[in-house]
Amino acid sequence: MDFLSTLISGLSLGSIYALIALGYTMVYGIAKMLNFAHGDIIMVAAFTVYVFATVLKLPAAATIPLAVLFCMLLGVTIERIAYKPLRKAPPLSVLITAIGVSYFLQNLALLIFGSNQKSFPKIINIPALKLGQLTIKGESIATLSVSIVIMLALTLFISRSKMGKAMRAVSEDKEAAELMGINVNQTISVTFAIGSALAVAAGVFYGATYNFIGPYTGSMPGIKAFVAAVFGGIGSIPGAMLGGILLGVIENLSKAYISTELSDAIVFAVLIIILYVKPTGLLGRKTNEKV
Amino acid sequence: MLKVENIDVYYGAIHAIRNVSFEVNEGEIVTLIGANGAGKSTILKTVSGILTPKTGTVNFMDKKLNGTPSYMVTRMGLSHVPEGRRIFQQLSVEENLEMGGFTRNKDEIPALIEHVYDKFPRLRERHTQIAGTLSGGEQQMLAIGRALMSKPHLMMLDEPSMGLAPILVEQIFEIIKELNESGVTILLVEQNANMALKIADRGYVLESGKIVLSGTGAELMASDAVKKAYLGG
Repeated sequence: MDFLSTLISGLSLGSIYALIALGYTMVYGIAKMLNFAHGDIIMVAAFTVYVFATVLKLPAAATIPLAVLFCMLLGVTIERIAYKPLRKAPPLSVLITAIGVSYFLQNLALLIFGSNQKSFPKIINIPALKLGQLTIKGESIATLSVSIVIMLALTLFISRSKMGKAMRAVSEDKEAAELMGINVNQTISVTFAIGSALAVAAGVFYGATYNFIGPYTGSMPGIKAFVAAVFGGIGSIPGAMLGGILLGVIENLSKAYISTELSDAIVFAVLIIILYVKPTGLLGRKTNEKV
Repeated sequence: MLKVENIDVYYGAIHAIRNVSFEVNEGEIVTLIGANGAGKSTILKTVSGILTPKTGTVNFMDKKLNGTPSYMVTRMGLSHVPEGRRIFQQLSVEENLEMGGFTRNKDEIPALIEHVYDKFPRLRERHTQIAGTLSGGEQQMLAIGRALMSKPHLMMLDEPSMGLAPILVEQIFEIIKELNESGVTILLVEQNANMALKIADRGYVLESGKIVLSGTGAELMASDAVKKAYLGG
């Protein structure tokens, strides 16, 4: 039973990583950039929920949509102001800018909220589920079920909708997509908006699982989710989901059975081994160019 | 229909196109011929808005295009089949066509796709196949079919014969002629001057970014300079 409950909390943690990793991988696929500020959107999302729910005392039903809206706007604005002018700049400039945006968001949060951790409002009120000796926490149930729905919806959106197909076209060949009449800048904005909306979901579940948030809340899950995206094959959407979930499960199992202190080291060691064996990640494609 | 006047185009410091003017009238097939690196593709990219001319103007259906982003140019009825086909390799054949019809209304799409399939039955047979697995000739058909999806008034084709077996080259040129007969005006860039001039109403010869000669297809084929440089004697 211990194993089963460790596995379930690992799956739940893993789906949080997967939600974040999707943001990394989609932005990478379409804008060909690593948005290192993505982890901090999770922190902003968590603080937005905190402000709406704890400070302004709005009900949860209003808090989450407002936080989604706020973070989508933030994501799109960051892209417009910080990344769009660098569309033709070398990748290193864009990467450094993204790190700059990350520090900017962290320090802004530090300035507004101070360095003390805030307790995350209890907006998920689902009782724990008891099955014989096995207890599944309410947060885990919410995280798992909502993440599954979000991932299914996203997969359908990418594979079936006109915008989803346009996103795949843009990710493959921007210039050709533009010649089809696809507004590439708009497509990139939509991608940032979706990534940020997923980050809100991740922020809420992360806050609900760990109970406390601070200005640096986003950085560790951000890095791990980035690892998850690379693990699954950066640019691949099913890869990000798989990578995130595996990462969460490996992390929790190592915490339970090997060592709490070493769990992060084990996670990163697994990444190194996978990349050594398969440099494109689990589901990553080699870009084969035909001339 | 298309009027390009005195354009100069630069790639950074490189002066790629020098004071080029030409026009394409409604219903014509016009070809730009010239050696590798003469600037043919650069001209097409400038017309479709991928590049912006430093000086001069590009007019399409009496509207000035300079600086119009290429997705807008496509919406105005000009489609560009780029060099190397550039189909979306990881999308299916049908999804490629849907992307070609990105600017059209949703309810028009099925009929437009049917129209392309009637023209290229091979594509119907392979409609669920991932486009990257098609043969070179099929990919070229897909590239042309995809460009047709936007119902263009003017279609620009960049080296459609590139890398194809001679029999396929003939087929592609036959298709271009048919398209023209069905009312699409054509601007064709080719290294295969012989084939291009045969089907063209008029042509321009480009050398190092400048137009050095122009005339009807027949005139250019008869010209000594063209014969020497492009037709192998």
